[in-house]
Amino acid sequence: MKRRKHLLWLLAAMVVSISFSACKPRGAGSAVTGNAAARTYVPPGQYDEFYNFVSGGFSGQMSVYGLPSGRLFRVIPVFSVDPEKGWGFSEETKPMLETSHGFIPWDDLHHIEASFTDGMPDGKWMFANSNNTPRLARIDLATHRTAEIIEIPNTGGNHCSPFTTENSEYVIAATRFSVPPDGPGGDVPISSYKENFKGHISFVRVDKETGEFDIAFQLKTPGLNFDLSSAGKGKSNGWLFLSCYNSEQAHTLLEVSASQNDKDFILAINWKKAEEYFKAGRGTKQAVRYAHNKYNEETHSATSEIKTEVTVLDVADFEDLAYLIPCPKSPHGTDVNPTGEYIIGSGKLAALIPVFSFDKLQNAIANKDFEAEQYGGIPVVKYESALHGEVEKPGLGPLHTEFDDKGNAYTSFFVSSEIVKWNIEKLEVIDRQPTYYSVGHLMVAGGNSKKPYGKYLVAYNKITKDRFLPTGPELCHAAQLFDISGEKMELLLDFPTIGEPHYAQAVPADLIKDRSVKIYDINANKHPYIAKGESEARVERNGNTVHVYLTTIRSHFTPDNIEGIQLGDEVYFHVTNIEQDWDMPHGFAIKGAGNSELLVMPGETQTLKWVPDRTGIFPMYCTDFCSALHQEMSGYVRVSPKGSNVQLAFSTGVNPSAGE
Amino acid sequence: MKRNDVIIKLHRALLIVCGLALFAVIALPIWRIELDAAQYPEGLELLIYSYKLDGQVDIINGLNHYIGMRTLHADDFIEFTVLPYIIGAYGLAFIAVGAVGRRKLVNMLFVAFLLFGIVAMVDFWMWEYDYGHHLDPNAPIKVPGMAYQPPLIGFKQLLNFGAFSIPAVGGWIFVVCGVLLAYCVFAEWRLAKNSLKS
Repeated sequence: MKRRKHLLWLLAAMVVSISFSACKPRGAGSAVTGNAAARTYVPPGQYDEFYNFVSGGFSGQMSVYGLPSGRLFRVIPVFSVDPEKGWGFSEETKPMLETSHGFIPWDDLHHIEASFTDGMPDGKWMFANSNNTPRLARIDLATHRTAEIIEIPNTGGNHCSPFTTENSEYVIAATRFSVPPDGPGGDVPISSYKENFKGHISFVRVDKETGEFDIAFQLKTPGLNFDLSSAGKGKSNGWLFLSCYNSEQAHTLLEVSASQNDKDFILAINWKKAEEYFKAGRGTKQAVRYAHNKYNEETHSATSEIKTEVTVLDVADFEDLAYLIPCPKSPHGTDVNPTGEYIIGSGKLAALIPVFSFDKLQNAIANKDFEAEQYGGIPVVKYESALHGEVEKPGLGPLHTEFDDKGNAYTSFFVSSEIVKWNIEKLEVIDRQPTYYSVGHLMVAGGNSKKPYGKYLVAYNKITKDRFLPTGPELCHAAQLFDISGEKMELLLDFPTIGEPHYAQAVPADLIKDRSVKIYDINANKHPYIAKGESEARVERNGNTVHVYLTTIRSHFTPDNIEGIQLGDEVYFHVTNIEQDWDMPHGFAIKGAGNSELLVMPGETQTLKWVPDRTGIFPMYCTDFCSALHQEMSGYVRVSPKGSNVQLAFSTGVNPSAGE
Repeated sequence: MKRNDVIIKLHRALLIVCGLALFAVIALPIWRIELDAAQYPEGLELLIYSYKLDGQVDIINGLNHYIGMRTLHADDFIEFTVLPYIIGAYGLAFIAVGAVGRRKLVNMLFVAFLLFGIVAMVDFWMWEYDYGHHLDPNAPIKVPGMAYQPPLIGFKQLLNFGAFSIPAVGGWIFVVCGVLLAYCVFAEWRLAKNSLKS
């Protein structure tokens, strides 16, 4: 009897516990509407509507996708070497990765931004920043190649970058880790942060025609961590807004010690004013060292130059240059809406989203509506005086906000893993959709421009877990495409990405596709070691250096038999692809070469350095399947001992008499 | 001069216009060979002018080396030296015949022009035959029994390439001139016959 009673209780307990677990909300699953497939399907042979340029984060590269298909077209090497494309391995591209610290084969490419004309993407260039060894890159969208990289002095990690002004007059580079200014004075105790560590915001001028960079001036600020920035547009053009965290000026265990203040700051800079002061000679020239690397499309070669001077203006020396706006708590994104009136701060530890008004900020500045105490010599505008209003309970962990063309904002929430659509004027939440999982940045097509294209939003998620077939402990980061043309956002597609996308840009295909370069004109090739035809192919010895002027055309090398190379020689294969036909690259590799292949486009010349380590016969071959006779596109190089009497000889299609 | 030996004003004007148009032919592409293959969705084009070859000659030459076809070079064709003068001479002849306006001359011009057209096409066909058949015996690709003579006019499949051969702008002008000349001959013959009857 007693036993039966116990059994009954046990049964009851089981029933209760089962029904509890049934109450547990279901996980992600697939929350996709019926015709999502049709809306992302781009039939074979047809083109996507948008180019989607996506930052590669710790891969150091930038990838190019199509939207809405999510198809990957190309990975453009920027800050990291790429043996597939010979980037950083060919003699021509090595100077692109030079810095004041020497050659650096890797970096962390954080954000990208399009070049703008009148607040709209113009399809000319993409800008990208590196977060470790601070640099800025320009990618040419006619060739989809990196055209220029400039190092940023006085800077810890160039995170708050490469955001540009309304006409890309300047690209901004600002330090995430404040550090003492460059130079011998940097050897100070870490504990002297408040005294010795400084922030620097660089204004890098962009030539409207050539795109060439030039660090015009830097603004020196108190030691702060600059996170992201957004330039004013329309009515607020001429201003720049940067989010700063670590207003505590901590230098250890930032996780806790930089999260103490209820409010950090958005730094508002009147950059037109700064430009005036700079032009009036009010800056101080500082001796620094930074590399400026340019790729010349005529010589198909990069050059690296070390520059030694930068002009610095200390914001504390000027009354009307910079203002701090209190912003809760440790803001990440600071984003200006399409009209230029509203500045949205996304405090990543805050439970609300503050929206600041540019007009109110201007009034507050005019009325000197400041807090009693300045911060490091910069006036602090009263929070309420600049505030348009707050979005209440939007979600947890707001990170980044972009905009559509209908007055709505879209904010990513890392902690609550969702995207929230809200109305800027009314500060009301309209819709929220979960992301899988933990979205970082998001991107609305044209969402940082004056007239967003709207239509698509892509969430770049930090955690992938079960979204794709598992690939061991290392998973790709996932992108998620939403249709935002209706009242509710609709999830359309998941697609995998390269590295860690921190930000992206979408540009209408028409702005780019017709300008895409097909071949390099061989008659315009000014490479010093070009062979313009097979008749110019040859091998020349100069002491221990051997230059091979090699041509490629379907499907042979000229020359393809080379003898007379000696141990101890440094051999340079200058490979000119004499094809003038679209999509007809040739590759080049030789056994034992301590670097990568070359991939040479039609009309281009690229150089591979080879130092043979033993005597014998070394095959070389074309690595990129070029024709039905690609397998035949090969040759031999004979390496003899030093001082050997084998004469230098080269040929194609004949059997030379060995020069012995 | 007999009255019915002079052609009507309309025909004289037509002949002069044709003569002027023939001068334009000297500078315009006369014939076009289009090549299509799976790997060339955008197509390749060979344009034949009175004095040169144009279009993607180098790319076509590069492809032709697989089958051992000789490379095309403008210098190899004597035609490119004389053709502009011949066309110019015909242009002058059209204008002169239009100016003089004699029926007999129109007929003679017609015969001469027709003859030129035939000779030109035969010459073109012979070159095509020559290039299509006389192949390098060491060519990488040898298909037994296969020749690569492009069609004189119309379409022909040559391995993976479809070749489409048609007149270009200049060629069409040439054809129109010929047709108009033939019309003049015919119309004048009708006029003459009718005037004899009456």
